[in-house]
Amino acid sequence: MIRRVKQRYLVLKIESAEPLEEEDLRDAVWSALIKLFGEYGASRASLFLVQYDGERKEAVLRCSHKALEMVHASIASVTKIGEKPVAMQVLRISGTLRALKKKARN
Amino acid sequence: MTKFVDLHLCAPLKDAEQFRKMVTKSFELGYRLVGIPFPPNIELIEVERLCKICGEVGLDLVSRIDLTPKSPHELLASLRRLRRKFEVVSVLCMSKPVARQAAKDRRVDVLSFPVAKPRNRFFDSAEAELASESSSSLEIDVAPLLSLEGFLRIRLISSLRREVAIAKSFRVPIVISSGTTNDSLLRNPHDYSALALLFDMNPSLALSALSEAPLCIVERNRLKLSPDFVAPGLRVVRRRDP
Repeated sequence: MIRRVKQRYLVLKIESAEPLEEEDLRDAVWSALIKLFGEYGASRASLFLVQYDGERKEAVLRCSHKALEMVHASIASVTKIGEKPVAMQVLRISGTLRALKKKARN
Repeated sequence: MTKFVDLHLCAPLKDAEQFRKMVTKSFELGYRLVGIPFPPNIELIEVERLCKICGEVGLDLVSRIDLTPKSPHELLASLRRLRRKFEVVSVLCMSKPVARQAAKDRRVDVLSFPVAKPRNRFFDSAEAELASESSSSLEIDVAPLLSLEGFLRIRLISSLRREVAIAKSFRVPIVISSGTTNDSLLRNPHDYSALALLFDMNPSLALSALSEAPLCIVERNRLKLSPDFVAPGLRVVRRRDP
């Protein structure tokens, strides 16, 4: 029997003086992942940007639970997007979106 | 609750506003104790002023000196002069004789190595054995990992991986610090523990390198610097009234 692939959801806080586009954010995380772990590592991450709130500067990413540490390290290694200095922090990690929202409410 | 420590926050001492900004950000990221490198000739009033700022923010400040001696003699002279003035003494080992002397001297708390020159990273098994006997720790600054790119970062990660493996096998405590002058390179302890994966540190060891290991150094030195300390295991409990 094929086992279901477990996912992890990460809430990110983005610190940047200038507003960012969703695409810029996605590209920045992908390129950090490829830079640190290569194309092979990135291919195992199943990375997906679930939502991005430009006003609150928060985003939700989904990745494979096996690649969680790689994705976390890649997010922490982002220092700029284009020429704009940016810092990203992982605020919360959860197994489901519902639990993530519950944690956010608490 | 785990008390996280950033033992190497290079906040600007002259610029009070930037200093406050950096220590506030450290507090917001979850640190409760920060080590700030001071120049050797710093005035006590200046230290008290910075302590007050940190106290207002909610942080405990640890005074630290970063020594960069050119020879073992210079290191010994600096240690004789400065050891009792600062809570943490770090030595940036620029040559092998200095690295060996620093590793075997019990007055040195933290050993660090230059980032720019991988050949000058002298943390080998002999160094680790000496450091383990004198309870010195190996310090890893994360800021260069974030700021370097390409081949330089690859070389740094490779050196760090080798050093961490040696430190683990000789039970040398590892301390992870930010080592940054720029507040945009500050990250929370869990982000640092994720980055430690790059040099093969598991999350529990990385979190201990951000909390227990530096806290142990600070507590040990504060005890030694207190006026009641006589010798290891011996301290003044009560004094007779004059």
